[in-house]
Formats: sequence, C-alpha cells, structure tokens
Amino acid sequence: MTAALVLGALLAAACVVLVALPYLREPAASDDVLEEPGELERRQLELAEERDRALAALKELEHDHRAGKISDADYRQLVGPLRREAAEALRALEPRAQAPARVRSDV
Amino acid sequence: MPELGRAALVVTLGLALYAVVAGAYAARNRRRRLALSAQNALIGAFGSTLVASVVLLAALVRNDFSFVYAAAHTSRELPTGYTISAFWGGQEGSLLLWLLILTGYAALAVLLNRRSSRDLVAWVVPVLAGVAVFFSFLVVAVASPFATQVAPLDGRGLNPSLQNPYMMAHPPLLYLGYVGLTVPFAFAMGALLARRTDERWIVSTRRWTLVAWTALGVGQLLGAHWAYEEVGWGGYYAWDPVENAALMPWLAATAFLHSVMIQEKRGMLKVWNVLLVILAFGLSLFGTFLTRSGIVSSIHSFTQSSIGPWFLAFICLVVAGSLGLLFSRLPLLRTRSRLESLVSREATFLYNNLLLVALTLTILWGVAYPILHEAVYGEQRVVGQGYYNFFLRVFGLPLLLLMGIGPLVAWRRASLRGLAATFAWPFGVALAAGLVLLALGAGSSIPGLIAYTFSAFVLASIALEFVRGTRARRALAGGTWPRAFSELVGRNRRRYGGYVVHAAIVLLAIGVAGSSAYDTVREGQLARGGSLEVGDYRLTYVRLDERPAANATEVRAVLDVERGGSSVGTVEAGKNAYTAEQQVSNEVGIRSDLVTGEDLFVIAEQVNPDGTVYLRVFVKPLVNLIWLAGVVFLLGSLIALWPDAREQRRLALRYSRAGATAEP
Repeated sequence: MTAALVLGALLAAACVVLVALPYLREPAASDDVLEEPGELERRQLELAEERDRALAALKELEHDHRAGKISDADYRQLVGPLRREAAEALRALEPRAQAPARVRSDV
Repeated sequence: MPELGRAALVVTLGLALYAVVAGAYAARNRRRRLALSAQNALIGAFGSTLVASVVLLAALVRNDFSFVYAAAHTSRELPTGYTISAFWGGQEGSLLLWLLILTGYAALAVLLNRRSSRDLVAWVVPVLAGVAVFFSFLVVAVASPFATQVAPLDGRGLNPSLQNPYMMAHPPLLYLGYVGLTVPFAFAMGALLARRTDERWIVSTRRWTLVAWTALGVGQLLGAHWAYEEVGWGGYYAWDPVENAALMPWLAATAFLHSVMIQEKRGMLKVWNVLLVILAFGLSLFGTFLTRSGIVSSIHSFTQSSIGPWFLAFICLVVAGSLGLLFSRLPLLRTRSRLESLVSREATFLYNNLLLVALTLTILWGVAYPILHEAVYGEQRVVGQGYYNFFLRVFGLPLLLLMGIGPLVAWRRASLRGLAATFAWPFGVALAAGLVLLALGAGSSIPGLIAYTFSAFVLASIALEFVRGTRARRALAGGTWPRAFSELVGRNRRRYGGYVVHAAIVLLAIGVAGSSAYDTVREGQLARGGSLEVGDYRLTYVRLDERPAANATEVRAVLDVERGGSSVGTVEAGKNAYTAEQQVSNEVGIRSDLVTGEDLFVIAEQVNPDGTVYLRVFVKPLVNLIWLAGVVFLLGSLIALWPDAREQRRLALRYSRAGATAEP
C-alpha cells in the first residue's frame, strides 16, 4: 500500500514536471506568442494547393494518355484548360511569394 | 497494487482536464508555452495510463484475485495467452484499453505534428484531451478496473467463447480502428477551430485514417473468422448489432478515404469531408456504446452495465458540438470548383460516397430501430437478416460495379468514345464470365450471378490498369517489365495500393456470394458406423474421443471424410466442458480445400449419452476467399500507407514556401 502510494506520488510529480517543462526551460520567454499564418500566408497556401492540384492533374492526364486510357482527341480537349489552370495558379502565386519577403525586408 | 492503478488513472484524468482547459486557452490567446504545456500533459496522460495498464496486466498474470476484475475474468487454470487477453475481455479492461490507445495515438499525433502544424495542433490537443477526459472519467468514477475485494481461492474464468486465439487480436485491432478515428476527427475540429480551411488537416491525418481503417477492416475479418470457428452456427456474419457497430464506422471511413481524394484533386467537398469524419467518429463512439453498454443482446457483447447514459450523453455532445462548429464555419468552406460532368472520376467517387453513406445509414437504422422501439413502446423488436441482405444487394452491388468503373473514367469529364474504348475489355471479360457461370448453373442465385459478373468486371479493369500503367512506365523509363511494374506502384502508392484493396473487396464479394448463395447443408443423427452425404462428401462417424485439455474436457466425434469415393482424411467436431466457468462450448470441425477455397463445416449439435451424435454439415464453396481477402486487403493498405519520399518533399515545399512554419 505504502509503496503504491509512493509510486503514485512519484508518477504525479513526474507528470507535473513534464507539464511545467516549457516554463522551466524558458522561465522568461522573450517571445511567448503562438505563431499562426496570417491572411496573406493563408491565401498563399490556398494558391499553392491550387497549383499542386493543377500540376497533379496534368501529370495524371499525361499518365492516362500514355497508358492509352485517354484518346488523343480527349487528351487535346482536356490538356488546354489544365495547362491554363496551372499557369494561372503559378502566376497568382509568384508575386505573393515575394510579398512576405518584401514586408520583412521593409521592417 | 490497485492503489497505484487508481492513482495513475486519476493522474490521467487530471492531465487530460488540464490539456483541455490550458490547451483551449493557449490556442485562443496564442500562448506558445502554455500550448506546449498542454501538449506535454497529453503525452504524460499516455504515460500514466500505461502505468495503470501495467498494474492491471500484472494483476491478471499473477492471478491476484483481490482485484475484482481479475477474479471475474480469469482463473488459475486459464492459459497465459487468454489471461492476457482477459485485459479486454471485460467492461472495465476494455475501457482502459480504449483510453490507453487513445492517449497513445494522441501522444504520437502531437509528437509528429507539433513542429509542422503548431497552430493546428494547438487546437487539436483540447479536442483529443476532451475525448480522453470522458474515458478517463469512466474508468475513474464509473467502471474502475481497480476495484478490490477479499481474494477468493480462484477466479470465475473467462467466457469460453473468448478463449480463442482470434480473441487475442480481434478486439485490440477493432479498438485501434475505433480509437484511431479520433485523430482525423480531432484534426478536422482543430482546423475548424483554427479557421484553417486548407488541406493541412487532411495531409496530417491521411495516414491516421488509413491505419484506423485498416485495423478496423482486419479486426472485423478476424472477428468474422472467430464467429465462424467459435460460435458455430455455420456462418461468419449475422448482421449482429455489435458486428454492425464495427462495420458502420468502417463504411463511413471508406467514404471519407474516397471523398478526400476529390478535395485533394479538385478542392471540392470540404463540408462533406468534415461531415464524414464526424459521422465516422460518432459511429465509432456509438459502436463502443453498443458493445460496452449491454443495451443490445449480442453474441459479441459480454457485458451488462450502467455506462450507457454516460455514453449517450457524450455522443450527443460530440455530434451536436461538432455539427454546430461546422455550421459556424460554413462560409469559410465554400469552394469555387464545380463538378464538370456526371461522367467523370470525381462523379463516380461521389456516387460511391452516396451509396456508402446510404448503406451506413440503413444499417444504423436497422441497429437503432429496435432500441428506439423498446425505449418508446417497451416492446422488443428484431430487425432480421432479410432487411440487411436486401439493402446490401441494393447498395452493395452498384458499389461493386463502381469499383470497376471508377479507375476507367478520366478526371473532370470522359467522352463516350473514350469510355467505349476503355470499357471494351472489362465488359467483354464480365460478359464471358457471366455466360460461363450461367452455363455452369450459377443462375440458381441471381444476386450471386450478378455479384460474380460484376467481380469479373472489376478484376478485369484492375488488371487492365496495372498492364496499361506498366506498359506506359516501361515506354517512358525503359527497363524490364518487373522494374517498370515496381516503379509504377512505387510512384503511385495510394492509387495502386487502392486497386489492390479493391481486388481484396472483390475476393470478399466472391467468397460471400459463393458461401452464402451456393452453400449446401444437411443434418442428421448418426450412430457409430453411420454415414451422412453432403454434396459430393460422405462423412462416416468412427468414434467419440474424450480427453482433458488445459482448463476443459474435450469431447470430439471423429468422422472419416470421403470425397468422390476416395478418402480425404478425418474431421473432428464436438464440445468443450469448461471446469471453472461451468459452461459448455461448441467446437466445430472444419476441413478446408485450399485449392478450390471450399470448406466442409461440421457442427456436433448434440453429443448424446448413448454415443450417438446429431450433426449439421455445410459445404461452403469459396469461403476461404474471404480470409484470403483479408491478406490482400492488408497488403493493399500497406502499399497505400508506405511513405512516399517524393510526395513528402512536395508537401514540404508547399508548406514551407507558402509560409507555413515547417515541414509536414
């Protein structure tokens, strides 16, 4: 009984130390703010997702065409809009990709 | 050491509570150290739950009957393997296992994502911890596994039905699945709370969902094999409420795994995906509630308890809270993409989703109706197998067909000309298979014939996908056929792993159709030397053996088996009389033909004092394909799960360039 209680107390103490660890490591943190992406970064992420989607769709279309699953005529019909989407996503991403860098250098 | 177990669980409850409160405060007010502290609390909760689990396991192995739980579920004669499996053989141990797996998953999810998705994980922690609070509260205050008593000389033993090797893996795997669905749920809720509507939560939880789904799938197949061997009624799935309880979240998770691809490929169905995650998690809680509350009578439920109201309240809270949160975030989840054509890959995924959800909700209604009817009218009602079999055909057969159609249809839109070219081969194979089967007499069951024809179509389309893909890969990169094949699969693991899983589902469909639509059954009483003919088998009753086992007395009728006039060996069927448990179990005899996949299945319904036996004998064609499907399913899942360095690099690039904090 006593041993069990001692072990229980040790366990509780170890857990308290674990929970307090971030404060023990940095008793007076200069920066205690949880980073989260701002509006610009969120928009950038959306654009990056759109770009990846368009590029993946193009890759898949190429694969299906090469595999003979999509005819030449269907391929020609589908590839144009996909390339346009990919180009638009890349264009939209490019100026914004530089924006945070400019902001930081301005600061 | 019950005090240590109790203390450890109180610590878990305290840590989980802290993680909820501190985690939510930190996420809302953007406090970095406090968020880390909450994460550490969740990790610590796993440690303290592990301590409690070790204490219970030690009590079971040491036959410490001062623990009420150990005395109720083990005995001195119980073999060690089953003594260990008694951990999840009862109510309190099962809940502790739930908590252990939950905190383990939570700790792992935090450790793997705390650097890459800080703002998301900050919100995920209070959600995971909220679930942990509920389960730790149950094992602390409602159903403690550490209740003590004056130790009796021996325990009451384990339910004989649970004394089966499959029971050592089936419940933990089911729990890995049930509990695993908490992680995608927590990330989905975390994303909504953090107002992050990008795909980050999906990227973070894709593998978690696959792991949980795989565990749930394999766990169910092991459970079906257990029922086939141990319960001894000649089947493997009886639409029992507890069996359905595991099937429903699996179906919902299957729908999610498909629809999430539409979000990844087209940016569509964001709201639907969150709904599916809520449905899958809600059903996993409902499944646990059904199994553990004793509200339904089931061959798989071994408990009666008072935890039902707690569970119901928690399920209501989770469903209402998550739907409310989703509703409040609807404006953020609008998408610009639209379905371009009703004949496209994404459209087939959508049809697949609708059918899967319809099947899930139909099963849910079949399970819930008797409970609701009894609650309202006080009368017991049973939803029979006919109801489920009808809807399985209505929704399942089109689902089977869609598995073959989907891979053949292009994304965005497909032309009729293109479809005709891609469908020619699989359609031809299906037609030929259907005609051959019809000529062989498979028309005796129309659903069976349709299932086989659709299966041939799906297998042909999968084979075609592999052949075309390998040929294209070889044309592009050169090299040998095996190299091109391995590169094809290696570069598209999710896609081709998915096809292997589809092949497993086809094997399952063939096995189920064969063993249920085309089986043969005979029964009769035999004296020594008597014979019974079933299909092309002839069974002759030779003798009755009685022998002692570790904790039971075994009685077996030994039967010679002839097939087509020549002897193929013997089969034994009988009963076990368990001493400590004072129960008798049916022990069936199974003779498998691994070439044809057929089983000869013998049940000794009665072993009479005069030495006669009453036998029920089944011939089950293709039933072994069901178990083979499990192996193929696992293989396909592992291919899909295997990490892809290229994809990880691509995602890392996406999130680092987009200004996210670090690599995924």
